[in-house]
Amino acid sequence: MVETLERTTDAKPMNGVADGGDSTNMTFIEAINTTLRDEMRADERVVILGEDVGPRGGVFRVTAGLIEEFGEDRVIDTPLAESGIIGTAIGMAINGLRPIAEIQFMDFIHSALDQILNEAARLRYRSNNDFSCPMVIRVPFGGGVHGALYHSQSIEAMFVHTPGIKVVAPATPADARGLLHSAIHDGDPVLFLEHKKMYRSIKGEVPAGDYEAPLGKARIVQEGADVTVVTYGMMVHESQRAIGEVAKETGASIELIDLRSLKPLDTETILNSVKKTGKAVVVTEANGLCSVASEVAATIGEQAFAWLDGPVTRVAAPDVPAMPFSPPLEHAFMIDAEKIGVALRKLLDF
Amino acid sequence: MATETTGAADKAVQRAFAGKTTTENGSSSIHLPLEHVDVGGGALSATVAPPSEGDAGLDHDTLREMYEYVALARALDERMWQLNRAGKAAFIVSGQGHEGAQVGAAFALERGKDFLLPYYRDLAFSLAFGLTAENVMMAALARADDPTSGGRQMPGHYGSRKFNIISGSSPVSTQVPHATGTAYAAKVRGTGQVSITCFGEGGASKGDVHEACNFAGIHKLPVIFFCENNRYAISVPIERQMAIDNVADRAVGYGFPGVIVDGTDVLAVYQVVKDAADRARRGEGPTLVEAKLYRFQPHTSDDDDRAYRDPEEVKAWRDHDPLLRFAQRLLDVGAVDEDSLAGIKDKVRSDVDAATDVAEAAPLPDSATFDHHVYAAQ
Ligand SMILES: Cc1ncc(C[n+]2csc(CCOP(=O)(O)OP(=O)(O)O)c2C)c(N)n1
Ligand SMILES: [Mg+2]
Repeated sequence: MVETLERTTDAKPMNGVADGGDSTNMTFIEAINTTLRDEMRADERVVILGEDVGPRGGVFRVTAGLIEEFGEDRVIDTPLAESGIIGTAIGMAINGLRPIAEIQFMDFIHSALDQILNEAARLRYRSNNDFSCPMVIRVPFGGGVHGALYHSQSIEAMFVHTPGIKVVAPATPADARGLLHSAIHDGDPVLFLEHKKMYRSIKGEVPAGDYEAPLGKARIVQEGADVTVVTYGMMVHESQRAIGEVAKETGASIELIDLRSLKPLDTETILNSVKKTGKAVVVTEANGLCSVASEVAATIGEQAFAWLDGPVTRVAAPDVPAMPFSPPLEHAFMIDAEKIGVALRKLLDF
Repeated sequence: MATETTGAADKAVQRAFAGKTTTENGSSSIHLPLEHVDVGGGALSATVAPPSEGDAGLDHDTLREMYEYVALARALDERMWQLNRAGKAAFIVSGQGHEGAQVGAAFALERGKDFLLPYYRDLAFSLAFGLTAENVMMAALARADDPTSGGRQMPGHYGSRKFNIISGSSPVSTQVPHATGTAYAAKVRGTGQVSITCFGEGGASKGDVHEACNFAGIHKLPVIFFCENNRYAISVPIERQMAIDNVADRAVGYGFPGVIVDGTDVLAVYQVVKDAADRARRGEGPTLVEAKLYRFQPHTSDDDDRAYRDPEEVKAWRDHDPLLRFAQRLLDVGAVDEDSLAGIKDKVRSDVDAATDVAEAAPLPDSATFDHHVYAAQ
């Protein structure tokens, strides 16, 4: 018999994190790895499947050590077949497991789009709530790592566009833990985006124990009065650098919002901030056309028009395939602190 | 529309059912073990199931019950066509010709425990798994109380948590990897469930089928891949879909058996699927079953099949109608006589009438509910 698979809100006790302490300093990748481990310890329905996730521990080593602890029934090295990975995970979710599927690079997710967008995302609606698909799809994404066209993509917008799935992109180790916990315990499919450049370059304090970051709630990274920067993922860190420089140079007071959750989008936090500052720069490293930045800009234009003191400004990748390999080409394509700084200064001067 | 009868249609049927022991070019290098089902002239790696005999070890009550499902599916299907032509049902997709194979397969499984991941032709399969005539009519007429989707999906998208029928979509063969997943979960959770998933020979060309079979073969999962080969993918004939003769021959590439069976022989399909289910429950892994059969109606209510197949061909295949063959078998083994057969037909007709009346009188969905159940209720 199929069990009723509704949201499991009772967070189970977790072992192994910060023995006795309140938090631990760790890298982004360590936060994901230890959270996977803790969730698998807490709930034996949680299984991981993907390419090379077993003894290799994933090509980035996000799943390192898990097969040794949980065995090959729960950490499954799959054949090289993305649609099959997601399709099989959907069946697992229907029959009582809590699959976490890894797509090795977001650039290879396209052949699984049918299973993600037509199947996982639509199962609940099409069955009038008779079935659901509680699963997490972990996806390394993003550029700036000399990954060229097929190891750099940020194509989150097409998932954000589709009803029935949730999309999160943590920017800190703490949020990686909190959002992954929430994603695993959610009743619907969640796309969990991991910026690959952040795996080892970003460190931070991670709360011990059962830490949950709500899906759909943005984080105000720093408060400010003159302009709001809205972004997510790796661009949170590039924006912080830009803000530091521009603030030092101009004395401007700049608010920074890390969306964390791209879907659902925390429009309340965005609008409250823009109503206060009157100006907004929206940053994404994805192609700008029909992007998350477009959506945020449109929302501000629609719902905070009367409070605006300048044009809502998007900083996003050009309409060029992400991303060329050779350093000068990659640099020309990639959004960074310098480009964000240019937009900030221009808007502050408006 | 083809107007000339070339005899090709008759030949096709003869090839399929009148026995064929030599290859196309006349060489007899392959002596096929059977003479009742067309397996072509190429190399054969799948096995060919023998025709059924007698009651296949089933008691008469079971045989009558099986017949009733075949007859109910046919009658319901015919009624849906009428409703479509009367402008009451916007769209219908027909399973006529497939019912025998579906009911044979369903009865080989533990209904209420095993999983069915159907495709749009599996009306008879879904009825045998528990959906009622009324349920199906509610879906056909897009009523609020359609238990398969609440009027959200086109008809033919059968699904029900209650009956372990997994809701599917329209892109063909997407359900096949889901079956690999339900089977994986059944295996690691130790539930003893078998999953069966159905698809056409056209849909068998999709990568998802390959990906699902490959994965299932590696893990020896309790799953049955059930191909309902009716020789056409809408208009495209089998020769334009694949270079080999049998979908089941592909099983060798996944490390599990492929079995070809006459899909108009209800009890032969029953036996094949029973063996596959037993195998699955013993932990020996998947089976790819290919039921050779024919679709009697156009692809859907929006199709005109005269554009691509000779009506003579359809007519010739109707002589192998599983409904008629099964009725004859039941008469032969003494499970029914002419009177009790007529009784079953009457019962089926009144079931369909009642279902139609209830569905026609039932309300359409409230438009305010159109955005319900995109996500779990918070
Ligand atoms: C991915 C996809 N492509 C095309 C279609 C349109 N389509 C629906 S059924 C069908 C033919 C399927 O033939 P087959 O799998 O042999 O099943 P049959 O209808 O013969 O039972 C096509 C092309 C679809 N539903 N999904
Ligand atoms: Mg077909």
